[in-house]
Amino acid sequence: MGVKLLLEKANVPGIRTYDVYRREGGYAAAEKALKEMSIEAIVEEVKKSGLRGRGGAGFPAGMKWSFIAKPEGVPRHLVCNADESEPGTFKDRYLMEFLPHLLIEGLLISSYALGSNDTYIYIRGEYAWVATILEDAIVEATKNGWLGKNILGTGFDCMVHVHRGAGAYICGEETALIESLEGKRGNPRIKPPFPAIQGLWMRPTVVNNVETLAAVVPIIKMGGEEYAKIGVGRSTGTKLISACGNINKPGVYEIDMTISVEDFIYSDEYCGGIAGGKKLKACIPGGSSVPILPANLLLKTAKGETRYMNYESLSDGGFATGSMMGSGGFIILDEDQCIVKNTLTLARFYRHESCGQCSPCREGTGWMEKILQKIELGKGESSDIDLLWDIQRKIEGNTICPLGDAAAWPVAAAIRHFRDEFEWHINNRELSQTSNFGLQHYADPIHVPA
Amino acid sequence: MSEQTLFKVTVDNITIEVPAGTTILQAARQIGGAVAPPAMCYYSKLQGSGGKCRTCLVEVSKGSEKDPRPMPKLVASCRTTVMDGMEVKNITSEKVVDARAGVVEFLLLNHPLDCPICDQAGECHLQDLSFEHGKSGTRYEFQRRTFKKHDLGKHIQLHMTRCILCYRCVFTADQLTNKREHGILDRGDHAEIATHIEKSLDNEFIGNVIDVCPVGALTDKTFRFKNRVWFLKPMDAHRDCPSCSGRVTLWNRGDEVYRVTARKDQWGEIEDTPDGKPGWICNVCRFDKKETSDWIIEGPREISRQSVIAQGHYAGNIGTTKPNETFKAVNDGRAPHLLMDIHDESEVNQPNIHLGKIQGPSHGDTFNTNNTHKA
Repeated sequence: MGVKLLLEKANVPGIRTYDVYRREGGYAAAEKALKEMSIEAIVEEVKKSGLRGRGGAGFPAGMKWSFIAKPEGVPRHLVCNADESEPGTFKDRYLMEFLPHLLIEGLLISSYALGSNDTYIYIRGEYAWVATILEDAIVEATKNGWLGKNILGTGFDCMVHVHRGAGAYICGEETALIESLEGKRGNPRIKPPFPAIQGLWMRPTVVNNVETLAAVVPIIKMGGEEYAKIGVGRSTGTKLISACGNINKPGVYEIDMTISVEDFIYSDEYCGGIAGGKKLKACIPGGSSVPILPANLLLKTAKGETRYMNYESLSDGGFATGSMMGSGGFIILDEDQCIVKNTLTLARFYRHESCGQCSPCREGTGWMEKILQKIELGKGESSDIDLLWDIQRKIEGNTICPLGDAAAWPVAAAIRHFRDEFEWHINNRELSQTSNFGLQHYADPIHVPA
Repeated sequence: MSEQTLFKVTVDNITIEVPAGTTILQAARQIGGAVAPPAMCYYSKLQGSGGKCRTCLVEVSKGSEKDPRPMPKLVASCRTTVMDGMEVKNITSEKVVDARAGVVEFLLLNHPLDCPICDQAGECHLQDLSFEHGKSGTRYEFQRRTFKKHDLGKHIQLHMTRCILCYRCVFTADQLTNKREHGILDRGDHAEIATHIEKSLDNEFIGNVIDVCPVGALTDKTFRFKNRVWFLKPMDAHRDCPSCSGRVTLWNRGDEVYRVTARKDQWGEIEDTPDGKPGWICNVCRFDKKETSDWIIEGPREISRQSVIAQGHYAGNIGTTKPNETFKAVNDGRAPHLLMDIHDESEVNQPNIHLGKIQGPSHGDTFNTNNTHKA
């Protein structure tokens, strides 16, 4: 049984309400932070904890906080990014749905540390019922003096506002989120200036993921150093993983990042193995935008070492033989899944969600989708694979925001690892319409050079 | 006025000093010539423009004197400000040339390429861009995207299929008029310029969107299909206009004024008036004053010799062409620059042994003796 910091109390009946949450020890961390700790001490604890942003990029949260500009007389803002739209990722929804007060407590501590009097939760439009839960929780917290004016007599004012987005994936990018929050079209801004200098309404702003902000609560409770002891290396603390796909037990799991990928997939405590007794073919370990890995590279690194569920181990080998922790959207594909179709589905998603601001992403994502569609429909030609590779290469790194990279990586990784499946589709046009390439050699142990 | 801090920046091995806060693109434009990256969306007169088309991507091989690390990705030169000691590679970087060719391909992917019937042909930035930086063929084999036609009123014609979504017209309406009535609808590859439910654009200064449009997406209805730009004679002219500077370029054939545009500089942007403000012109000047008698003609407008418009026109006096311009004159007074100093590049010029120490000059015998073992 792994350590649980966030979801420890998730199964307590009525934990969604203030009374139960408080009785179970809730808001103790906020009380400690506001009454006993200085602002610098809180930031220092978060830095010591080594907490990395849980939204996908894995940037150290404490460092992000320390970048915020503090000009005289200009209000600062904290924005909680609850626009969780990465396919395969649903951990924030779970957290907000069952433990809304945990997020509010984390927001309160973080707002205090950053000096934000108006804090915003930008939640995706599809999470309408979750937004209602959060709004109710905010009302309760305000009634009990945890939000509003002069909190705990410290003279600190903080209001939390819930803002519902309209369901655009791009609004999860922090500057697009800020634009959308300002009431504009959700187009990412050109950086620099970064939000820490000019963010919401041109004021210094920190944008953090839901899970990151919730993790501030246990950090304050147990201290940064204690928190850093959980996990391994630079992957400290616990991480929520939303596992889905062809597994027996899909759901949200809290792991302490020392568990191996194999254990995570096959142990009964977590995913419970592949559904229907089938074999594992491939996995997208961190949300749809990270590179897909075949079974053999997923369980073992290219050096033949066991791969663990943490930032460093998952990205071991770079993009050539590794992937990324990403947002923790763990998607398992069994032997019956077609990689071409899977890549097409992802390409279609990114084409649909591209904001259309910069040309490589706007035009390139649509082009990739059309070519993949062609291959999937059994009309592909052998030159199409190289063309796809060239298109993704010209999108990656040349766009304003990471959506271009996110659209390019899955295509690149699919071709890199599953090129023979693409070739099979192209060479067996009719057969590919009725049957599947299957597992083939994707689970065979890889040759490790001595 | 306090003294401005000057930053040294090197673009394609040419060093220049520019005030702090200058963008890489502006610095490169000061050097001029092929060193200046192309720009489809950036427009120096419009605040907030740029960064979108990605044609101006450059490689920063040295961040600054203080932090010499190169930037990991190619950067949009129009929105990246220079640092002291920065070294930038534009046409000398293979990565940039490759990425730019990619961007041109992306821009042309859904472009109808209907240049033969497009009024912008001959002064189209996309034509120039694809000619200079693109490939001759396309690898796109699918149906191109088309749009439903939107009517923008009696003066401006919108051809959405030609649009490259540079956002320039949106910024123009925001910054020149008191109410913007058009904008971007939808997103991704189906994003389009449109007014909200077929509203017409009739602001006094909205005609300027035609001048800022880099392609033929927004054209002048009073000029549509009347003539090709390279058949027309551009003449600088002005009139006493109550609402704008009244400084324009007339496009004549004989005595007939075919169209009126603002004066544009060598980067295709609106020229400043003598008082230093951008010379935007009003709709009355642009659309209604189509008689020579409305204008005081100043003289022929010089058009860049590279432009197709300049072909068949006078280079100096009519009838007496002067092809004997000096290199400096062709190059706008700039001295020729070495893009790459071969003395540094080639080992021949920097031998490890002092040449004087080599024993005597080599001759045929030396060659033969040295090569006998190979035979």
